[in-house]
Amino acid sequence: MTTTLPISLTVNGHHHELEVDPRVTLLDLLREQLELTGTKKGCDRGQCGACTVLVDGKRINSCLALAVSHDGAEVLTIEGVAHGEELHPVQAAFIAHDGFQCGFCTPGQIMSTIGLIAEGQAGADPERIREGLSGNICRCAAYSGIVEAVLEAQQQLARTDRRTAA
Amino acid sequence: MTLELGPNQQPAHTRHGSSIGQPLTRRDGFLKVTGTARFAADNHPPGMLYAALAVSSIARGRVVSLDVEAAKAHSGVVEVMTPLNRPALAADPDAKDHPFMFRLDLLQNDRVRYPNQSIAVVIAQTLEAATEGAALLSPRYEVLPARVGLDGAEGFVPRGVGVGGPAVQQKGDVEAGLESARTRIEATYETPAQYHNAMEPHAIVAAWDGDRLSIDTPSQGLAMAQGRIAGLFGIAPQNVHIRSPFLGGGFGSKGMISGPQVLGILAAKLVGRPVKLVLRREQMFGPVGHRAPTRQTLRMGMDGEGRLTAISHHARTTSSTFDDFFEPAADASHTLYASPAIATSHDAVRLDTGTPLFMRAPGEATGSIALESAIDEAAHACGMDPLEFRLRNYAEVEPMTGKPFSSKALRECYEQAAERFGWASRPLQPRRMRDADGFLTGWGMGTATFPAIMFQAEARAVLRADGSGLMETGAQDMGQGAWTAFAQIAADGLGLDIDQVDFRAGSSDLPNAGIAGGSGHTATAGMAIHNAGAAVIARLADLATGNEASPLFGAGNEGVLARGGRLYRRDDESRSESYADILARAGLAEIEGRGKGAPDPASQETYAKHAHGAVFAEVKVDPDLGQIRVTRLVGAFAAGRVINPRLVRSQYYGGMIWGVSFALHEEAVTDRRSGRIQNANLADYHVPVNADVPSVEALLVHEDDPHVNALGIKGVGEIGITGTAGAVTNAVWHATGVRPRRFPIRIEDMLG
Repeated sequence: MTTTLPISLTVNGHHHELEVDPRVTLLDLLREQLELTGTKKGCDRGQCGACTVLVDGKRINSCLALAVSHDGAEVLTIEGVAHGEELHPVQAAFIAHDGFQCGFCTPGQIMSTIGLIAEGQAGADPERIREGLSGNICRCAAYSGIVEAVLEAQQQLARTDRRTAA
Repeated sequence: MTLELGPNQQPAHTRHGSSIGQPLTRRDGFLKVTGTARFAADNHPPGMLYAALAVSSIARGRVVSLDVEAAKAHSGVVEVMTPLNRPALAADPDAKDHPFMFRLDLLQNDRVRYPNQSIAVVIAQTLEAATEGAALLSPRYEVLPARVGLDGAEGFVPRGVGVGGPAVQQKGDVEAGLESARTRIEATYETPAQYHNAMEPHAIVAAWDGDRLSIDTPSQGLAMAQGRIAGLFGIAPQNVHIRSPFLGGGFGSKGMISGPQVLGILAAKLVGRPVKLVLRREQMFGPVGHRAPTRQTLRMGMDGEGRLTAISHHARTTSSTFDDFFEPAADASHTLYASPAIATSHDAVRLDTGTPLFMRAPGEATGSIALESAIDEAAHACGMDPLEFRLRNYAEVEPMTGKPFSSKALRECYEQAAERFGWASRPLQPRRMRDADGFLTGWGMGTATFPAIMFQAEARAVLRADGSGLMETGAQDMGQGAWTAFAQIAADGLGLDIDQVDFRAGSSDLPNAGIAGGSGHTATAGMAIHNAGAAVIARLADLATGNEASPLFGAGNEGVLARGGRLYRRDDESRSESYADILARAGLAEIEGRGKGAPDPASQETYAKHAHGAVFAEVKVDPDLGQIRVTRLVGAFAAGRVINPRLVRSQYYGGMIWGVSFALHEEAVTDRRSGRIQNANLADYHVPVNADVPSVEALLVHEDDPHVNALGIKGVGEIGITGTAGAVTNAVWHATGVRPRRFPIRIEDMLG
């Protein structure tokens, strides 16, 4: 049998103790073992961004991450973003602005957007948003809608933050 | 209780709905933003194994050996499928019963006829073991020289191009037209091989149960795929159940079932367990189609007033050595510009590549970039503004056939887009504009066009005792918005609010919705839905108007309106009855109607049917580095009735960005010695990313078309590429004075 290694991961708030084949990427672990298939595989070599998830709050290409190298990490995937039927502002804005067509790259786009907003680097400058999301390819080319969605979601989140602070 | 309405029958009543034309957001939006939309590779039936393809690293030759023992010895590997143990098929994968039955590579022998051809399948407990097993096969080959490039073999004239149109066509005397011309241009353009590269790699999860087969795989044509698979395995089509609720993009590459998908089914058969097979990105550069390269020569003559006297358009293209698909690029010159003489011709060479296939606007896209570039060159040769030149040569009837257009709001497209773009202030000469940063700025335009095509489709409508409705058709949503647009048509067809309609699609056990291709899905399946709605409402009206107890008694079918779940007397709307009441009185749990969608042969014969558009582009070119950026795109399109403007606009955006990509980004590069594709990945095969995409605007120009179909729908999926690619090219010329003749345009072309 193949050697396995023990790791622990917290995914969308759920703790997992796992024995993994050291060749398994974080992406394949999520999709094939934890049945979290929202995260997509478009290229398996970090070129398309469909597999974007947040690891310890930072966006990464999960296809380039070996699961064993993230022992103890906290992972957020697309499945952990909404609260039941209540969508995250980024998700709602993607629907409102038609920021997708086929929907295959969408989980990655949304995770990347959440990461981008958290990084606080892009602000309301569409040019910087485009640059900041250029690791996520959308072959349907729903890019205009994506940028509009990011701008709106950012405002929405800022309003929520102000309310929370107040 | 079934009533069936044919495609050309008029429904005997009026349905008034409000869903069509509304900019509804996508009904599948929630699933797609939460990661719960289930794509093919997301399925995981119990007992499933993983299959990995081994593909050829040569373009032509023979597999001499595979180290099957090494692969099998690897922990977790269950089986290795090669030509020696591949389960038998009922049909020869190299047989071709009709032009759209493409030959498949299903391990029928040891021959290699293109790079990335499947040569074995490794099946294992885990994806990792399957992948490593495939690597351990270490194939050895007998290599033959690869035939590469547009001059890589002897040219010949194919029997048909595209969907079977004549390779050579002409009207009038082109040579005489050129001879008599005051001004002439001649130019040769080259377009590269392009690969669809949908974000979702082709994937299949296949499970056998005796002679029944259950499949999750993306398909743009469920019924065709079902028939093809049934034929290969010698089972009844109804024994093949394909689920394809979502396609992660198709663009033509998922129109036909591909070899690797069938290999997944064979692998499942071999091991007697469900199997998942997903192509790796680099494996998509071969067995799943591509847009063939072209070399196109255009010659045009113009009289002293800038009127075309002749258009000659010749295209060379390529196909594989073993099958036929010929990009009908020169046909682009049939429909747009009036000329007394037009000649189009194609020839081709056969290369060691996978067979080319339909790729978003096949022929139209390649032909358009050359034609629109040549028109721009012609306008300049005549000293005319490119828009004025196009208007001077505006086709009032279809130039090649002389048929009137079923509708054509192209003039309005030119006007609205030019106005919005600010075209009027464009200097005629190139290299006259610079921006504040010193970048050379150029403005260019192109005309967009795409035929309004319909295929065949069927739909089934049901009205239920509770007054709600059901509409079923095996339609395919690859992102164009079928789940939403068809539900809108269904709601209006049934005279119900959209939330009262249960819409089912994306499965092969539903009525055949035809293919999602040729920009004809909305028109075709939409008409089937519309007619199924008409049929079931007619049945309902019969129940009401024939029953003395109904307030509608005696109104007759002609005199009833269906709206909001009620039937109304046309002459007296105070008399009405709900669907639920009508069905309750009749004691029926539900009633059913069926409808078909198909082109009307009479109007096909009489009219030329095309969508049109105009696209204007601004580019900026770094004068020192030659780097080109598109900064602004404005398109205006007239394509008949718009079912959902939000989704239609997205289709135009997508198409226009594909046009930018055609002009500036995409190219598969083949190594001339080995015949292998050098950039079979998404870092080196360039598709636009967010930062490449400028401000894009698409204006929806109103157009009523009474001839295309009862709903007046043309199609919007592909037209955006046409026109745009040329507009960008012409803007590059206007910025720099350099006329691009090969695509994508390269920095070195700018630096001369």
